[in-house]
Amino acid sequence: MAANAVIVQADGAQTSSQLATFFVADLFFGVDVLCVQEVLRFQPMTSVPQAPKVIEGLINLRGQIVTAIDMRRRLQMPPRGGDKPPINVVVRTEDGAVSLLVDEIGDVLDVDTATWERTPESLDSCARELIRGVCKLRERLLLVLDTDKTVEIAAAVDSP
Amino acid sequence: MQDDQDVVREFLVESHENLSRLDQDLVELETRPKDSALLASVFRTIHTIKGTCGFFAFSTLEKITHHAESLLSQLRDGQRELNPSLVSLILETVDATRRVLASIENTGKEGPDLYEDLTERLRTAAQNLGRTEKNSASQESPAAAEDPQDAGHASAAPGGTKTEEETARPSAVQEANIRVGVVLLDKLMDLVGELVLTRNRILQFNTEREDPALNSASQRLNLITTELQEGVMKTRMQPIGTVWNKLPRVVRDMAVALGKQIRLETDGAETELDRTIIEAIRDPLVHLVRNACDHGIEPPENRLRANKPPQGKLTLRAYHEGGQVNIEIGDDGAGIDVARVRQKAVEKGLLRPEQAQKLSDREALMLIFQPGFSTAQVVTNVSGRGVGMDVVRSNIEKIGGVVDISSQPGAGTTVKLKIPLTLAIIPGLVVISGGERFVIPQVSLLELIRMEGDSSERHIESIHGAPVYRRRGSLLPVAHLSQVLGLKLPEPSDVVSMVVLQAEDRQFGLVVDGINDTQEIVVKPLGKQLKGLPFYAGATIMGDGRVALILDVLGIGQCSGVLAKSREPSRNAAEHRTQSGNEQQRLLLFRAGSFERLVLPLSLVARLEEFPRSSIESAGGSQVVQYRNHILPLIRLRDVLSSGLQDQEPTTDPVQVIVVNNGDRSIGLEVDQILDIADEEVTIRQNSNRKGLLGSAVIGKRIADFLDLNDVLHASGQDWFQSGCASAAGRTVLVAEASSFARNLIRNSLDMAGYRVIEATNLDEAIRALEHRPVDMVLAALDLPPDGSSALRAAMGRRTDWKSIPALALVESAEQLQTPGGKARDSEDRQLKFDQQAVLESVARLASRQGSDEPALICAGEER
Repeated sequence: MAANAVIVQADGAQTSSQLATFFVADLFFGVDVLCVQEVLRFQPMTSVPQAPKVIEGLINLRGQIVTAIDMRRRLQMPPRGGDKPPINVVVRTEDGAVSLLVDEIGDVLDVDTATWERTPESLDSCARELIRGVCKLRERLLLVLDTDKTVEIAAAVDSP
Repeated sequence: MQDDQDVVREFLVESHENLSRLDQDLVELETRPKDSALLASVFRTIHTIKGTCGFFAFSTLEKITHHAESLLSQLRDGQRELNPSLVSLILETVDATRRVLASIENTGKEGPDLYEDLTERLRTAAQNLGRTEKNSASQESPAAAEDPQDAGHASAAPGGTKTEEETARPSAVQEANIRVGVVLLDKLMDLVGELVLTRNRILQFNTEREDPALNSASQRLNLITTELQEGVMKTRMQPIGTVWNKLPRVVRDMAVALGKQIRLETDGAETELDRTIIEAIRDPLVHLVRNACDHGIEPPENRLRANKPPQGKLTLRAYHEGGQVNIEIGDDGAGIDVARVRQKAVEKGLLRPEQAQKLSDREALMLIFQPGFSTAQVVTNVSGRGVGMDVVRSNIEKIGGVVDISSQPGAGTTVKLKIPLTLAIIPGLVVISGGERFVIPQVSLLELIRMEGDSSERHIESIHGAPVYRRRGSLLPVAHLSQVLGLKLPEPSDVVSMVVLQAEDRQFGLVVDGINDTQEIVVKPLGKQLKGLPFYAGATIMGDGRVALILDVLGIGQCSGVLAKSREPSRNAAEHRTQSGNEQQRLLLFRAGSFERLVLPLSLVARLEEFPRSSIESAGGSQVVQYRNHILPLIRLRDVLSSGLQDQEPTTDPVQVIVVNNGDRSIGLEVDQILDIADEEVTIRQNSNRKGLLGSAVIGKRIADFLDLNDVLHASGQDWFQSGCASAAGRTVLVAEASSFARNLIRNSLDMAGYRVIEATNLDEAIRALEHRPVDMVLAALDLPPDGSSALRAAMGRRTDWKSIPALALVESAEQLQTPGGKARDSEDRQLKFDQQAVLESVARLASRQGSDEPALICAGEER
């Protein structure tokens, strides 16, 4: 828990407080807008046999090969229904660009850092690890996603 | 301001370049102290740095270089002789200069250290001479203007026009070359990679459309892209000499520090490699050279004692071979004490004592690349190496290279690196499996096999789920790509495509759904989320813009079980041949009754089959099954082996059957389970008295029993082998062979072919056997105790009644198949001991030849 608190403080100091937002199922996420390289509609994807299930496949982003992570599986949520294709949110990480497959894209929001709060402990541990904090917007709660953690643990999930 | 910085940067780049040349020049100068051109070059370098320092007001650096220059000008003018202490002093100056330059690079300032001590020593050294000679060099004034004059005098003095040319040449070189930033080159390479991919795309469009204009344009594009790619690749090629440049200095420093005398020889410094690879091998090379100096080459007194010149020799060689570059680092030192390495491996707990003893020398040598071996104390004192050798190996393997080591006690050690030329763009074969495309790097590819119609199901045979393919007479383990990757299996089809791959020294077949074509691909790394997967070496972008995965052949082989994970044992398979008593064999492991691990050499196995239990019928009191329009008699192995003991264990359905055959007759051995196929070096530990068993051996770290096929067939009342080929009937063969294992195997196959077999383990026994009863043929091991098979031949030659008995020499390796040139007095036939089929054929040939009076000796050897 102490670690979380530190992260929130650190973020409070450094984020632009502009968050790009998106939906995964009924959850509303935001990531620092500076982390987002681009947003793409669904791309032809090459699946990677034997890869962890959260990895949907590889896309060709103008010659760069980018791993796409299915956020629903990453958050251990039920699979996406319907035939609406997911959207690629390409985020920059230490290890290069990674695409997060989300249900729908939202607006870029200015967020007052004062409304940040630590992730409630009642959240299930899988999701809690990925969430830096919660912003209490007027109409709904915005979960601030830790992109580094999201792409990092992907290798461990599902693999024995 | 910006301009200033640019100028400083240029100065730094140039100075670094000059300094690295200086290192080399100075070391060379030590061996040729009188070389005036070399001295002039050294002088010029220092002088240039000094001049520029004045311009930038780098006073510390100026002071250091000024005094060094004074010293050098004395040397150059022949006022004094060069000695090692002076060289050391100058080298120290070079190092100080480097440090100051680094400081300038990082902070823009020269740094706090004024190097007063060094300056003072340089000054004293210069002045000491000034006293004895005319004082030309000890002016304190920073008179830079005087120096060009000096230089002018110098070049005029020793060699006249020759030195004039020397000075002129570098400037000409400079005009023909320009300096290009590495970043720019890397960027260019990336762009060319993209262009190659785009070209591939256009070419694909072109094949889909029939437009002559597009066709010619794309052909042209193709051509130009290829040339551009080659051109850009060349710009990134660097001679390996750029890495070697700093080695003379390393060797010299090591030699001085260790009190050794070491001469460094290089060969092939112009061999070119891609820049990225040059970078990657830099550290491993330095490490290997340091190791050779430290642990390889002995101190002078030890060398003298060993009748070697006191000066050790370190050789660096680089050369192209088959699309790869080989680099050898060899020394003429004491070599590696293999026994000590073995002992250390045991002490370190890496191996058990008996394992260590079983290793061949080469395998034992490879142990020094094990991580656990990497501390200095391990082998330093006994001349072995081992400091960070695991790092060397992993770095080389990371770039697709291979490390090998050979050592001769007393004569030296050679480490050989095999390095690919480039990493960026490689040819690859595109295959399809489960609807996805995959790329197999061409270097791993040996051949493509397409099986159609009837042959497709016949050629890939299954050994209880482990498929094998008969490729030119030997069994090739097979994996299905779809299965390995967990993809959906293809519709059964008449055509089966298989690629034969090589990983390290081993081969296996990989069945794919389809084979496309070969392409130049640009290797792109996978994200770290996928790095852990052993199946892929990277990814690339195909002509249609989609991503395709590049297969890691070794990983695929290991994960599918066709290659063992431990890499050392079979890597050196060839080495086993010279070791007597151990035999490398393909073995089939299976289970029957209370025998958990039974073994039969695969060479005796014709096929493996499954039959539904209901298909087994009874005919003439024994069990048979209809098989390929024939009746196949079945022997229930568990009943034969446990001799009458009726166990109630439930029997399997379907029935697992090993089919062994002889010409047109087959017999099936019913077993409980087929376990595995092993490639093993076999030592029969213990001969067995048990019925149906030859003996036991350790296979895959567990004990297994060798089945005595002959005995089993006898016991089960099957006499089919007695009626083998017509020529065999009733003939008696003497097998003279010391190894009981080899003897038994040969006896097995001869028995099955219908020969009567007598055995002998040495010359005396063989002669006694010949005296005792008439023999139609003799098979004698080439190394038959005590003096080899020739002694037996000679003995046979002395008796008229034995003279005409044909004989065959059994040899252990293919090399021995050659009769020593010119000395073959008469037709001496040789045969590989363990190639059952060849032995049988030779025996049959001899049998038919018999009667003519021509004598022949056939040697049996071990086939592995």
